[in-house]
Amino acid sequence: MTIVTPPTPRTRLGSAFAMFRNRKSIAGLLILGFFVLVAIFADVLAPYSPTKVDPTARFQAPSPAHWLGTTHIGEDVLSQVIHGTRGVIVVGFLAAIIATLIAIVVGVISGYLNGWRSEGLSALTNVFLVIPGLPLIIIVASMFEDPPLWVIAAVLGLIGWAWGARVLRAQTMSLRNRDFIQAARANGEPLRRIIAVEMLPNLMALIAASFVGTVTAAILGLTTLSYIGVIPVTTYNWGTILNWASAQGAFRQNQWWWYLPPGLCIAAIGVALSLINFGIDEYVNPRLRSAGERARAMKKKGLNINDAVTAVRTTPTNETR
Amino acid sequence: MTALQPTLPTADSTPPTDDIDALEVGTTATTASKGRSRIPWRFLGGRALFYLFTLWAAVTINFILPRMMKGDAVTAYLARNRNISPEAADGLRALLGLDTDKSLFEQYIDYWSHLIRGDLGVSLLHGLRPVTEVISQSLPWTIGLVGFATIVSFVIGTIGGAIVGWRRGSRLDALIPITTFLSTIPYFWLGLLAIAVFSVNLRWFPIGKAYGVGMSPELTLEFVGQVIHHGFLPAVTIIIASLGGWMLGMRNMMLTVLDEDYIMVAQAKGMPNRRVLWRYAARNAVLPQIQSFALSIGFIVGGTIVMEMVFSYPGVGKLLLDATNAKDYALMQGVFLVITLSVLIANVLADVAYAFLDPRTRQTGA
Amino acid sequence: MSLLEFDSVTKVYSVRGAGQIKALDDVSFTLESGQTIGLVGQSGSGKSTIAKILTQLETPSSGEVRLDGSAIPRRGRGLRSYRQQLRMVFQDPFASLNPYHSVRHHVERPLRLDHVVPAVQLDGEVRRLLGRVRLPESVADRRPHELSGGQRQRVAIARALASRPKFLVADEPVSMLDVSIRLGVLNLLAELQRDEGLGVLYITHDLATARHFSNEIIVLNQGRIVESGTADDVILRPTHPYTQELRAASPDPEKFFASASGSGTVSAPATAAVSGTEGGTR
Repeated sequence: MTIVTPPTPRTRLGSAFAMFRNRKSIAGLLILGFFVLVAIFADVLAPYSPTKVDPTARFQAPSPAHWLGTTHIGEDVLSQVIHGTRGVIVVGFLAAIIATLIAIVVGVISGYLNGWRSEGLSALTNVFLVIPGLPLIIIVASMFEDPPLWVIAAVLGLIGWAWGARVLRAQTMSLRNRDFIQAARANGEPLRRIIAVEMLPNLMALIAASFVGTVTAAILGLTTLSYIGVIPVTTYNWGTILNWASAQGAFRQNQWWWYLPPGLCIAAIGVALSLINFGIDEYVNPRLRSAGERARAMKKKGLNINDAVTAVRTTPTNETR
Repeated sequence: MTALQPTLPTADSTPPTDDIDALEVGTTATTASKGRSRIPWRFLGGRALFYLFTLWAAVTINFILPRMMKGDAVTAYLARNRNISPEAADGLRALLGLDTDKSLFEQYIDYWSHLIRGDLGVSLLHGLRPVTEVISQSLPWTIGLVGFATIVSFVIGTIGGAIVGWRRGSRLDALIPITTFLSTIPYFWLGLLAIAVFSVNLRWFPIGKAYGVGMSPELTLEFVGQVIHHGFLPAVTIIIASLGGWMLGMRNMMLTVLDEDYIMVAQAKGMPNRRVLWRYAARNAVLPQIQSFALSIGFIVGGTIVMEMVFSYPGVGKLLLDATNAKDYALMQGVFLVITLSVLIANVLADVAYAFLDPRTRQTGA
Repeated sequence: MSLLEFDSVTKVYSVRGAGQIKALDDVSFTLESGQTIGLVGQSGSGKSTIAKILTQLETPSSGEVRLDGSAIPRRGRGLRSYRQQLRMVFQDPFASLNPYHSVRHHVERPLRLDHVVPAVQLDGEVRRLLGRVRLPESVADRRPHELSGGQRQRVAIARALASRPKFLVADEPVSMLDVSIRLGVLNLLAELQRDEGLGVLYITHDLATARHFSNEIIVLNQGRIVESGTADDVILRPTHPYTQELRAASPDPEKFFASASGSGTVSAPATAAVSGTEGGTR
C-alpha cells in the first residue's frame, strides 16, 4: 500500500472551496472583490464629496479635474459613482443573505419532511413565486417615506427567497432517499444532525449558486427601483444617479459621461456574478465543462462529435502500440 | 440472474387470484393495477387547486395592503376629492378599508362582493372613470407588446440554445457569454441607451408612446404602421435582454441530454443528425424550459413596468407607476389584481402545455 | 445468545392511483446470533422490505418483530438500544457513504452516538475497526470517491460493526462489486460473523453465494416464503417449483461449454456451484 499523507486542515478548506477554483469563478471573484474594495474605501478614493456643488462647472465633459465629468449642478460624477457602490453592495448582499437563509430553512425542511407540512411549505413557496414581485414592491415601497437601507434589503429579501427554496426542496427530496441518509436514520442519528451534518454539505454548491443569483437579482432590483423613483432619491446608488441623469435629459443631450458609467458598473457586477455562477455550474455538472473540450479535441483529429459513423483510417498512424 | 418467469405456485401457497405478469408490473408484489388516461386529470387538478389558492392569497394581500398604510392618508385622499358620487364613495371605502365601524371580517366579505361584481372602484387620476374601464384600455397594449416580444425571445433563445448545445465546442459557444452579458445589463439602461442611439441620434424611431400624438386607435393601415414603428424599439430591447436566459438554459439542458444513452442509440441506428437533434434531444431538453418559462412570467411582468416607463408606453405598468406617484390607491389595487390574475392565467396555460408535452404526467400507476 | 423473531409480518403499501400493494404476506422466521440465514428471491420479492422493517425504516402493517422476546419499541431509549443491536450493510457501496465526509467520520459517528468507548479512545477504536476489515489506517482520512468499490464496502462493514451489534443485515452486499472481489468481501463477513458471534441475515438473489455463506436459506416469492430449510437441503433438494426454477436458471459453465462443443443446440444449464458434492466450500 502506498503511503498517502493525510489531508491537513488547509487542504480540507481548499477542497471545500473547490467550486470556486476554476478560471471563470476566479475572474468573477476578482471583479467582485474590486467593487467591494471600492465600496469600503469610498471616502478615501473619491476625489470630491458627491454632493459638492460647483456652479461654475456644470455639464462638463470628462477632464483632468473631473475624470467622469460633472452633473447638472456641478457635482463630480466619478465621486458619485464611487459612493454609489456602497449602497449597491450593502443592499445586494444583505438582501441575498436574508433570502438565502429563508430559502434554506423552508426548502430543506419541506424537502425532508413528508405529508402536509411539506406540502404546505411548498404551496407557500409557490405562492411567493407566482405573485409578481416588482408591482408588490412598488406598492409596498410607496407606503414608506424614507426607508433606510436595511428595510429595502429586507423587502427585497422577502420577495426573492422563493426561487432558491424551490430548488433546494427538489434537491433535498432527492437526497433524502439516498442510502447514506437511510444509513444515518437506521443508525439513529437525530434529525437535526441529519439535516445539518449529512445533508447540508451536499447542498453547498446549490446554496452558493442560489446566493450569487439572488445578489444579482437584488442589485438589479435595487437599481431599477431607484431609477423608477420608488425608492427615494436621497439614498446613493447607481440607480439614483441614472434617475437624475434621465430627469435632467442627459440621454437626450448626449451627456454620455453621466449615464454610461453607472450602467456599465451595474453590468460589470452582473457579469462578475454570472461568471461565478458559471464556475459553480461547471463544478456541479462536469458535463458542461467537458462537453466543449471533448468536441474540440475530436475536431483536432478531424472528427465531428455528432457523427454517428467515423471513417476508418487506411493509412497507419505514428502511434506506437 | 436471468429474468425468470416462475409459474405460479400450486398447492402450498395460494397467491391472489389476479393473473399478473410480474415482469410487466415490475414487481412480484400483488394486486397492482395500472391506470390509463390521456388527459392527466390528477396533475391538472392539483395545479388548479394551487392556482385557486394563490388567487385567494393575492386577493387577500390586496385587501391588506391599503389597510396597512397610515389611516389619515386614505381619508385625506377621499377628502381631497369631493365630487365623487355616493355609491362610488361607498365602493372606495369598502375597497380601501375606511369602514371602521365594521369588523375586519365584514370588510373582507364586502371586498369580495365588490370584486365579484366587477367593481374595482373609481380612478381619481383618470377623471373618476371606473378602474375596470381604465385598466381595460391599457391592458391590450401591454399584453400585445410584451406577449409578442416574450414569445419571440423564447422561441429564438430555445432554438438558438439547442443549436449551440448541438454544436458544442464550435465558435458558436461564444454566443453564450455574449447573450448572458446582455441579460445582466439592467433593462432600463439598455432601453435608455437604445433611445439615445436610435431615437435621438439616428432618428430612426420615435422616442416613446405607442402611436403618434393626436391619433386615436382605429383599425387603419396607417395606425397599424404607427404602432409597429413605435413598438419596434421596446420589443427589440425586451427580446435582446431576455434572450440570454433562454439560450443558456436550453444549451445546458441539451448538453445533459446529449450525454444520455438513448441519443447514442439513435445515432448508432443511423438516424439523420437533424432528426436526432430536433425530435430526440431538443424535444426532451425543452421540457424544463417550459417549466422555467412558466415560473419567469412573474419576472417578465416586472420588466414590463420598467419598459413602459422608459418608453412611455401606455400599458398597465405605466398605469401602476402613475397611480403610485399620484397616490391613486384604488387604481393601484386594481392594477395589482389584474397583473396577478394575468400571471396566474399565463401559468395555467403553461402548465397545460407542459402536461400534454410530458408523458410522465400521465402516469397513474405504481 | 440472542434471538430475533420476525413474526407473521405483513406489509401493505398504498400507492396513489394503483390501489394497494402487498409487499410482504405473513412472513415469519427466526434468527439466532451466531447463525447466518440466506434470504433468496428475485427483484421485487420483498427482500428489501424485510431489511427496512428490521432496521425500523418501515413499520409492519401487521405482525411483530421481537428481540429476545420483547417487541421492538417505536421510539425513545428502547428504540435507540434496539438500533444499536442491529445494523445494516447496504447494497450500493458508493451511495451508502456520504460523499462529503471522510471514512473516519463514518466510522466514528456510531461510536459517538452509542457511547461505545470513551472519547479519548475513539481514534484507537477507529484504527481497530479498520484493521478488522483489513483496511490500513491511512484510509481513515480519505473521502469515499478516493476508494475502490471493495474498499468502500469494507468501510460500510466497519461502520456497521462499530456499535458492536448482535445482528447484521447484509442487503446484497456484493451485488455491485466486481466478481473477482466478491469472494474476498464475503469471506470477510463470514470471518467476522464467526469471531463476533453475529447473527447475519444475508439477502441476495445469488443462490451460489447463499449456499456458500448461510446455515439456513429462506426463499421468498411475491412476498411469501415458499421454501425454507438448511442450505444444502434447499439448494440440492428443492421441493417447491419456484426454487427449482431458480436453481435451473443459474448458469453452469462446464455443462454449457460441453453441450456447445458437442451438439449444435444448447441444453438447459444446471447449476454447478449449487450442485455437486454436499458440504460445498464453506
